[in-house]
Amino acid sequence: MTEQLFVHGAEWTVKELFCYPNEFIYWSIQIVMYPYMTGLVAGAFVLSSLYHVFGQNDIKDMARFSLVFSLALLPVATMPLLMHLQQPLRAMEPLFTPHFTSAIAAFGIVFSTYAFIVLSEIWFVYRKYFVEQVAALKDQAGIGNAIKCRLYRILTIGAYDISDEAVAKDHRAVKILAGIGIPVACFLHGYAGFIFGSVKANALWMSPLMPVIFIMSAVVSGIALCMLTYIIIMEWQKFWAGRKSSATAEQIAGAEIDMITKTSKYLLGFLIAAITLELLDLIFRGYTAMKSWDILRSVMYGKDFLNIFVLQYGLGNLVPFILLLMPRLTIRRAFVALCLVLFGVFMMRWNVVIGGQAFSLSFAGYMHYHLPIIPHNLETYKEGLFGALTVAATPFVLFWAINKVVPSLKSTN
Amino acid sequence: MKNHVLRPLWVVIALIVTVLLVRKVMVPADFGVHGRNFTYGFHRLGAIDDWKAFPVKYRGREVCAECHEDKTAENASGKHRIIQCENCHGPVMNHPENPEALPIDRSRALCLRCHTSLPYPTSKRGNLPAIDPNDHNPDAVCSECHNPHNPDL
Amino acid sequence: MSCSRRNFLKTALSGSIAASLPLTMFRFLSPAQVQAATESKSDTRWGFLVDTTKCVGCGFCVKACKLENEVPYDAPVTRTWVERYVVTKDGKTHIDSPKGGRDGFVARHEDEDPNAEITKAFFVPKLCNQCENPACVQVCPVGATFQTGDGVVLVDRTWCIGCGYCVMACPYGVRFFHPEHKVAEKCTFCYHRISKGMKTACVQACPFGAREIGNLKDPNDPVTKTIMTERVAVLKDEYGTKPQVFYIGLDTNVR
Repeated sequence: MTEQLFVHGAEWTVKELFCYPNEFIYWSIQIVMYPYMTGLVAGAFVLSSLYHVFGQNDIKDMARFSLVFSLALLPVATMPLLMHLQQPLRAMEPLFTPHFTSAIAAFGIVFSTYAFIVLSEIWFVYRKYFVEQVAALKDQAGIGNAIKCRLYRILTIGAYDISDEAVAKDHRAVKILAGIGIPVACFLHGYAGFIFGSVKANALWMSPLMPVIFIMSAVVSGIALCMLTYIIIMEWQKFWAGRKSSATAEQIAGAEIDMITKTSKYLLGFLIAAITLELLDLIFRGYTAMKSWDILRSVMYGKDFLNIFVLQYGLGNLVPFILLLMPRLTIRRAFVALCLVLFGVFMMRWNVVIGGQAFSLSFAGYMHYHLPIIPHNLETYKEGLFGALTVAATPFVLFWAINKVVPSLKSTN
Repeated sequence: MKNHVLRPLWVVIALIVTVLLVRKVMVPADFGVHGRNFTYGFHRLGAIDDWKAFPVKYRGREVCAECHEDKTAENASGKHRIIQCENCHGPVMNHPENPEALPIDRSRALCLRCHTSLPYPTSKRGNLPAIDPNDHNPDAVCSECHNPHNPDL
Repeated sequence: MSCSRRNFLKTALSGSIAASLPLTMFRFLSPAQVQAATESKSDTRWGFLVDTTKCVGCGFCVKACKLENEVPYDAPVTRTWVERYVVTKDGKTHIDSPKGGRDGFVARHEDEDPNAEITKAFFVPKLCNQCENPACVQVCPVGATFQTGDGVVLVDRTWCIGCGYCVMACPYGVRFFHPEHKVAEKCTFCYHRISKGMKTACVQACPFGAREIGNLKDPNDPVTKTIMTERVAVLKDEYGTKPQVFYIGLDTNVR
């Protein structure tokens, strides 16, 4: 071998028995991250819409927070795709020449539509705040204030009317946008499920239930992440408030556990729906026992048993289910349960994406995935542990930055 | 300040127009439906000609016969006449125009592709004259004893 | 209040129109384009015939393919390959394809018990089936892979974004990423050769005539005649892709 050849997939795939020569695990960790991140976006948005559309007043504070958080997650949903593409510079082509018979083609359009909805909704929620900021900063000295003032001026898009009538219009617009947003968010994620469910060549993926399963688990993970972040932020505020006066800290704690208890009910509902559908899919495959069942069974009950039944269903679904259902929920218990829920949904994505490539198209061999840990070139960084961690960390950085401009954590009462 | 509610929409429309303008510049003019239908024939027409222009490397024994008639004639009368010259001598590419010697593969591995003994009763492979490469003069080059152009065992 | 409701309805309506606007703009084509597409009925439909009973597993086809089509010789990916099936009396089937069969089969299957009696053994060459309904083309998000008028599926190397969806969608595992061009790569039936009236590199290299290419729309073509008169089969027809590579002597063990 004279030159260093990089065959995509060969680095992290180990074959067993007979696989076709060109078969590798082409879709690796970043394609696990992609539906995971998209799911978090969709879930966070659905949670915020519960308040805006259905008037669930009990989660009002959470709604604002999760709306802004879903904006922070939004660019991150595209990151795994960019890191995965072999030709990232051509990433705009799905917008230029969309081939609509492909499930991926609509991504640019659906995703942009969704981004516009989220952005406009945030604009309507915070427009009054922007205008107030402009007014407050206008006469202040200093370059920092001038830049800030300019930024808020741009953010108002020239709409300075904050009369009661205008603000009432804003509220109506938020409601409508949130209403349109729910189906779009579900579509965005359901269609991520369709990407997999429509691949007829893959025995594990091909299922009409796939989009619905994806939506349900997306909402589960989105709600869980919002609750988790909310807990962390509230604990932080409690910690600082506690140094000043214990009364404020107790007040925060009371509001926090109240919020978490209420939100966890929604979480449990979606969790039940997700598990039911997944089990239905599994039972159906076993009962119909098509040609592919032999190899699927050997993967699910054999090679991937730990990943599927112990980590995903056991640790990721059953344990948090019990933890959340037990009476007198505490913050600590909720925290553990939410971490496990997030882990469970991640394992579900992993078991779909990686599990779907764990067996050969020949049904006569297996492929094992070895996640590249220490990167030794760009490819093993992008499609390795550190690439995935980069993707996972970005929304928090973005949220921190966005929160500087759009304060989402100030309690409204 | 008639109606500020539509402002985000104008921003969106401006963005869509921008994308459409960029698209106009970026997408080749011959991109469209050229084959059966949108599902199977949506592409850049020039891509077909790109593939047609791909260089040919294996040019067949007729090209070899133009200069090396002695060898091709010898080969044509023997059992190895079914094997193309280029299978052992490598692809012709632009060899006649640029007459450098083609590398001749004299390795045992080349002959063993067909002549390793494999006990396959229902396969044509089982009927070919074959040896066990570990027993049959393991250090010798096959062409020392066998004429590859016209072998007579 | 009713005034603002009307405004919101207008917003919602124009919003949905704006959302559907790009779709319509991308989707519909000028009448001239549609006409051009429907009128160019080709009198050629390339098809392939593999006679597995003739194959001895020499692997010259794989070697020729890799050199002809500039697929890196030592990379573990290949446009065409040869599989070996060894069925022993104990009912076991051993399948392998070392290096895609590029260097032939010069040893027995490594998992095979040397004392087990072989009841049957054969070689099966594989290549792109140039399906009539190619799943790989259907799923390409950008129109970088397509079916030509004469039925060959090609990849536009200047337009492929390298998402890998086509690789996933092919039930036959013929697609991979080209190690140098970093785009989807597949068998083209040597489009540069067949469009000049030549045979594909693999057909030309095969000493035993196990591989043949022909025009399925020409009733006098020897390949077409064989397909019409002999009992032939295709691989994995359950996927509905209508493969156009026909096999003589397929076995139930062939995957």
